[in-house]
Amino acid sequence: MTVDTALSQPPLVSGAVSPHGHLEELRRDPIELMARVRRECGDVGRFRLAQREVVLLTGAEANEAFFRAPEDVLDQAEAYPFMTPIFGTGVVFDAPPERRREMLHNQALRDKFMRGHAATIAGEVQSMVGGWGDEGTIDLLDFFAELTIYTSSACLIGQRFRSELDRRFAELYHDLERGTDALAYVDPYAEIDSFARRDAARRGLVALVQAIMDRRASSAGTDDAAQRDLLDVLMSVRAEDGASRFTTDEITGMFISMMFAGHHTTSGTAAWTLIELLRHRTHLDAVRGELDGLHALGEEVSYQALREMPVLESVVKEALRLHPPLILVLRVAKEPFEVKGYRIAPGTMVGASLSVSNRIAEDFPDPDAFVPERYVDPRAEDRANPWTWVPFGAGRHRCVGAPFAMMQLKAIFSVLLPAWDFELAQQPDSYRNDHSKMVVQLAQPCTARYRRRRS
Amino acid sequence: MRVVVDRDLCQGHGVCESEAPGVFSVSKQGVLTILDASPGDARRAEVEQAVRFCPTGALRIEENGSAAAAPAEGDG
Repeated sequence: MTVDTALSQPPLVSGAVSPHGHLEELRRDPIELMARVRRECGDVGRFRLAQREVVLLTGAEANEAFFRAPEDVLDQAEAYPFMTPIFGTGVVFDAPPERRREMLHNQALRDKFMRGHAATIAGEVQSMVGGWGDEGTIDLLDFFAELTIYTSSACLIGQRFRSELDRRFAELYHDLERGTDALAYVDPYAEIDSFARRDAARRGLVALVQAIMDRRASSAGTDDAAQRDLLDVLMSVRAEDGASRFTTDEITGMFISMMFAGHHTTSGTAAWTLIELLRHRTHLDAVRGELDGLHALGEEVSYQALREMPVLESVVKEALRLHPPLILVLRVAKEPFEVKGYRIAPGTMVGASLSVSNRIAEDFPDPDAFVPERYVDPRAEDRANPWTWVPFGAGRHRCVGAPFAMMQLKAIFSVLLPAWDFELAQQPDSYRNDHSKMVVQLAQPCTARYRRRRS
Repeated sequence: MRVVVDRDLCQGHGVCESEAPGVFSVSKQGVLTILDASPGDARRAEVEQAVRFCPTGALRIEENGSAAAAPAEGDG
């Protein structure tokens, strides 16, 4: 070969159509688009997203280069234009790693807070099922989306704020998440229904937060320091002129952004974990056996018990591998970036396809099958493939909420499964994700039946 | 035994500090300091727990005399 591949562009995948290249396919069937990039181009390929080129990476070597790249080479800030109308201006989608470390501390995601969160989450699940009869039907998306609004607000903002929320907050939040159409790469304010609903939902959330703030301002407030939550703190911050430092709009934007990363992701994973357990009842029995064993030992939903649940953990990991809540993570190259002999020019978008990497057959034998055993030593396919087992991303931008999410999912099923029997209310293969928005959610209907277990 | 941290992966969750407080310390800003890069065998069990439960897989143990031993990052 005499071609200097270091200077060549990654190959373009088939199927580009004018005027927006692969945008329409990304809005219709992103999994097929990304899988085709790998089939046709290999680890490094390219598609067109409106006016931008997107270099799409899969496989360990390309992913490691992507996930290790520093902020000044691959930047996140510009990569997600569909988030700005949701968070509001001034709230950044992502922060540099140094700032993320501080946020980890501030956002109560540190290890030492997890014990309290485990009990909080268990209580929220109990509260949700408290309204159930002996048997009935739930929509998995509605149920878990509402539950995770309560858990994330209670753990990240505070119990006091959580106690002032109801279903309306969850419904508005859902409209925000539905407002992530990839058309935002052309115009984040295009006149389409989902964007109009998004903007109305954000106004609705600001109004709900304003009502809570008004109630707090007119009451004596809480003298109990332990009751104070993040909203109390933000309301008490004053600018130099004595006025409130933050507007309601800004506070709401902060809350939306704090809850965003952990909401649809955890909600979807909880639903898929339950669906896969009900599709594979031997694994459900194994998880129940593990929970019964811990229960027999007198272990409540304690942090230590949640850490030691290898069977349930493997099931959750496999649900995550097959149904990663984020299928594509994006950056913008700020400097020339080389990967596997290709040169990527500044301004190019660079993406890593989590859904495709998670199913590379060389790393995950029988990649489309639900096989929780693959996480048991010595296979340990997650640890053996740190750059392709990537439901949480990897490296310096790996999801900082991953330990919280895993603890939360274990806590949810530690409460649900011992007390309730579940069965799918639809054909097992009818459950699927809706990929028409950048925020992936279960397509409705997605129903399941529950029945109280006799003890 | 030597404790090695991959700084690209560490996010400062503080699990290691909970497991082995004499070996690891994580600041309020989430910066890990290794207090004892070559802990004795008395601390092996807790260090192994720290490695096992590190949420980002940023820690590993290298045995003394390992020919492939990479330069260990010192005390942060």
